[in-house]
Amino acid sequence: MPITYTSEEQIEVYRFSIPVTVGVPLLALFLQAFLPRRVPYFSYLDLPLLVTIFFGMARRNPISGLLTGAAIGLAQDMMGPYPIGIYGIAKTVVGYLASSLGVKLDVENAGTRLLVTLGFYLIHAAVYFTVARGMVNLTLNWSWSRGILAGLANAVVGVVLYFVLDKFKQRT
Amino acid sequence: MLGRYRNLTILVGVLFLQVLGLAVQVKRSGDASSTRLIRVWAVDLITPFERGLVWAQNGASNVWHDYFFLRGVRAENRQLKDQIEQMKLAQARLSEDAIQAQRLQSLLAFKEQFITKTVAAQVIGSSGSDLSRSIYIDKGENAGLKADMAVITAGGIVGKVWLVYPSTSLVLMINDQSSGVGVFLEKSRLQGVLRGTPNGELILERVMNDEQVAAGDTVLSSGGDQIFPKGLPVGKVSEVGPGREMFLSVKVNPAADLSRLEEVLVVTEKQERGAVAESGTKERAADILARRLPSVPDKPAVAAGSVPAGDAAAKSQPNNADKPANASVTKLGGKAATAPSAAGSATVAGQPSTGEVLKKEVPKKVVQKPASGDSDTNGGAGSAALTGSTGDASNGTSSGAPSSANSPAKPATAHPKPAAPQPAPQTSPQPPATEDSPH
Repeated sequence: MPITYTSEEQIEVYRFSIPVTVGVPLLALFLQAFLPRRVPYFSYLDLPLLVTIFFGMARRNPISGLLTGAAIGLAQDMMGPYPIGIYGIAKTVVGYLASSLGVKLDVENAGTRLLVTLGFYLIHAAVYFTVARGMVNLTLNWSWSRGILAGLANAVVGVVLYFVLDKFKQRT
Repeated sequence: MLGRYRNLTILVGVLFLQVLGLAVQVKRSGDASSTRLIRVWAVDLITPFERGLVWAQNGASNVWHDYFFLRGVRAENRQLKDQIEQMKLAQARLSEDAIQAQRLQSLLAFKEQFITKTVAAQVIGSSGSDLSRSIYIDKGENAGLKADMAVITAGGIVGKVWLVYPSTSLVLMINDQSSGVGVFLEKSRLQGVLRGTPNGELILERVMNDEQVAAGDTVLSSGGDQIFPKGLPVGKVSEVGPGREMFLSVKVNPAADLSRLEEVLVVTEKQERGAVAESGTKERAADILARRLPSVPDKPAVAAGSVPAGDAAAKSQPNNADKPANASVTKLGGKAATAPSAAGSATVAGQPSTGEVLKKEVPKKVVQKPASGDSDTNGGAGSAALTGSTGDASNGTSSGAPSSANSPAKPATAHPKPAAPQPAPQTSPQPPATEDSPH
């Protein structure tokens, strides 16, 4: 079993095949664009964010994590009405933090994954709103009730999704 | 040194590049053309799959509903036919108000916006973000769409075209936080700006505490935003509460179901022109209605000798010989048999301006239904509706039918089988026939 060593802890680093690396984010973007019109409650979910967190935590490589986050975020920006880069910046930060956290924590545990995803959702929203209001001057308002609810929903769905995506992991 | 902070350096570098890109876009004041090419790539990558799925979904749904799941269709069909009959009558009555409004507006040189052309489009997806409320439709530049065109449904307004691509467009919905729609309350005529909230709700902003706003009030577009023509339904007030400072918090339920849109209309052409009163303003709603009713077919003037009571009375007054119309109003109301002759003469003197169509009907009704007194017959239905617009006639109808002329209209009680409906005059914001239909 290939093992890398970081701070005297043994952690496993995974990689993914190219079809999974490209296909899963694209599928997440597609479902995010397509499903909310059919299932309105689906708009609470942010599948591209969950995929960013998953890849970041699984690869445990900050550079890979931030680049994945940037790519997915920018792609999400291109589909939306606002200037390109808001989601890009938010997901870059999340990708970096997720991969950095993956080095230090056991992120295979469902409880940990739930809390981590909730935390990253809130961080993502905080960065997004900061950039949107501070730089782009969008008149967006934050709703705590919706934010917490959406964060919990994403965390729950994330835990399930991560277990599905675990099947695609390849040990290095 | 750099090796130790390599990750952080790259993070800062990537963030810096994105911030730089954002700054360039912001400096160009949100002009989406600077990022158009990149957006086109992304949209072209995603939308074909969305189109394909929507096509497959619609195909399967159509096959199921058109050929298999037909339960209740006949009953629904019957119900809809009844509804159409009633709406035709209602439309005929309302058309007079519309004509009158146009006449008044033309006198006041009002400018009015008319929707002259729309393009039907199908919703194929959304922006993929829960923080923006926008949808993709399957029509773009190729169908003549441009930015800032209004997007509506039969229910109400939806949003405006935001970004246009060759075969798709991004529509910013009215419940997006960055959108704003000029609206007014139908009842109080109070103006305001409608904005979206993070939860996708609609809030009417800047309404002072001392204004009278009640739940259920209808909200219409004011036309002030130069995108939506005036008078389109926007929604209904759902909740009114104290807001910040001296303003009310007014929540509005959208008239169109924004979360389940399937087809929309894009207003591609609207004209601003002065309201023009129809040149042939002699035709009134009453006339249209009378034409539609089966019991009042055209009939030439009846010879004097064959006409009893009412008409004879009318003819006995040579000065008003060509305007005996209101006699018919009274009689068609169903009370002709009570005192036809008196009704005829008195009404003619009192109200000479009712439509000419009715003049022809006088002898017929008297002859055909001399003693029915039934206002629920087809003819009665039509005339009852007419009395609404000729209510003053009853003043003149002193002895003939004092009560019948004032009796409330009962147009919907009968179920006439009218001839082919006449097109009613166009009232301003009604969407016209679409140029093209969704597939």
